[in-house]
Amino acid sequence: MKDTLMIGGHAFHSRFILGSGKYSLEKMPGVIENSGAQIITLALRRANTNGQGNILDYLPRGITLLPNTSGARNAEEAVRIARLSRELGCGDFVKIEVIRDSKYLMPDNHETVKATEILAKEGFIVMPYVYPDLITARALVNAGAAAVMPLAAPIGSNKGLVAREFIKMLVDEIDLPVIVDAGIGAPSQACEAMELGVDAVMANTAVATAKDVAAMAKAFKLAIEAGRAAYLAGLGRVLDFTGEASSPLTGFLED
Amino acid sequence: MNTAAMIDGISKKELEHMERIDSDVMERTLAHYHQFDFAAFTPADVQAALQKEQLSVFDFAALLSPAAQPMLEQTAQKAKRLTAAQFGNNISLYTPLYIANYCVNECVYCGFNCKNKIHRGKLSMEEIEAEFRAIAQTGLEEILILTGESRSQSDISYIGQAVELAKEYFTTIGLEIYPLNTCEYAFLHEKGADFVSVYQETYDPAFYKTVHLQGPKRDFSYRFHAQERALAGGMRGVGIGALLGLHDFRNDALAAGLHAKFLQQKYPHAEISFSVPRMRPYVNNTKNNPNDVHETQLLQIMLAYRMFLPFAGINISTRERAGFRDNVVGLCATKISAGVKTGVGGHQLEEKGDAQFEISDSRSVEEIRAMLKARGLQEVFTDYIRL
Repeated sequence: MKDTLMIGGHAFHSRFILGSGKYSLEKMPGVIENSGAQIITLALRRANTNGQGNILDYLPRGITLLPNTSGARNAEEAVRIARLSRELGCGDFVKIEVIRDSKYLMPDNHETVKATEILAKEGFIVMPYVYPDLITARALVNAGAAAVMPLAAPIGSNKGLVAREFIKMLVDEIDLPVIVDAGIGAPSQACEAMELGVDAVMANTAVATAKDVAAMAKAFKLAIEAGRAAYLAGLGRVLDFTGEASSPLTGFLED
Repeated sequence: MNTAAMIDGISKKELEHMERIDSDVMERTLAHYHQFDFAAFTPADVQAALQKEQLSVFDFAALLSPAAQPMLEQTAQKAKRLTAAQFGNNISLYTPLYIANYCVNECVYCGFNCKNKIHRGKLSMEEIEAEFRAIAQTGLEEILILTGESRSQSDISYIGQAVELAKEYFTTIGLEIYPLNTCEYAFLHEKGADFVSVYQETYDPAFYKTVHLQGPKRDFSYRFHAQERALAGGMRGVGIGALLGLHDFRNDALAAGLHAKFLQQKYPHAEISFSVPRMRPYVNNTKNNPNDVHETQLLQIMLAYRMFLPFAGINISTRERAGFRDNVVGLCATKISAGVKTGVGGHQLEEKGDAQFEISDSRSVEEIRAMLKARGLQEVFTDYIRL
């Protein structure tokens, strides 16, 4: 059976979502090709739509754009940026980022839920970026989100699956795709997230700050594929159980 | 000026207009001025600071101390990693436009000082628009509008009109004008401005009085609280800086860093950036210079800012030479000006007034772009959506 990632009714075979910030635009086509990514995020505020250095000019055809609302400080601003994105022809996908903290760049879960509810009603395919909190994730399901994107660690920190236990709760309890976003610093960490059962991984800084950006994109692709294969192969049994006794513990029962 | 209406060098009318806000940021910042004996820091203190992820005030001071100077290379290596993690290879581009140079302040170090006999002028709206058009044609999307400090020559409605015009040409509008009250900042924000820079010059209140001899700028606390009033007025971001070479640069840089830190703590959403102006020669004072702040010390300060507040932007202006600017972008600086004129106008029209200071890098936008590209850096014209 084909292993397909479904988001908002759209099917994807790649489980690597690539960020487009923090590296040179001219490298983008090569990086995207190496990553195999079908979804590319972009900060709408960076899209110099009237002038030079417009990121939209560097994206190959057939790529699904996932514009984000970075710069938004509350739900209202996120909604306005999303609508602007649609007007600019960036499609119906939107990644909600509401950040009111310039130091740690931590997302505001409460405002994110509010924005999700409004935009989902307007027909957007809403992918909210949140701190991994089960209660928030449930609210996002009710608000009409198409996926949940919990951070693994502070954005740009390259610290890996710091929030592992809390992301695991989302994997176990939330019926939407769970996409780890932010904090992943190395392919091994992306692989670990996929082994845990998340549906996809998004990375930017780890790729963008590598010595060879395109080669690192390829490394992430392979790691994500390996992690997914491991998850499908039932790695969870090894992790969750210490083994099965050769003499059954319930063999004494006589019915 | 009628001296009877003056109180300690400031006109009574100006003083009465100044809004006083309730804030402890100034007290908290100034409490650290003179706290440290910079000569007493050891290489071990610096080494410890370099190992940390979150720097204490002590660590920050250690990085500003003479003991950190021999470890500048090691500091730079770490700063480069922090800059990359936070900003990638992105460098923002902007240019300043002086729309007027009338000034009522007497600041002993500045070319616009009211006692300095220079050509004064201000641009009409038609002239401002011609300048905007010429700047926009270079591809720039971010403009910094500057004036001298004169509420009579460059009043709020004049600046507001300029901002409104700028909105037609630029995505991002910053202001470097005299400090305002909250409602005045709100008015200019409404017109389309989102970023405000105000430099305290020195954070030593007593010394401050000796270099700001007359005019509203003499009021230390009104100037200090400008960023808070700007944020309260709805501005998105604020710029901070000390004029390096004016006084004790280690204490002034320390205070500027703390000013930024305390502001961010109080207004977590605010975008904070540093400027690092060094004293420059100007018309009628070609000897003005940055004194003990050589390039080494300037870089040391910039790196210390990066380590202390990794998220903060750092601007590098044309006060510095091309060779210095080219090497600090990507290392610690995140924004660079291009195609700069510091006289009044000068992009399209002849300059209508003399410059505030002599620039050291006259390269065009094209040339700066080529430099960034050659260094593997990504130019960023816009990083902002005006909502």
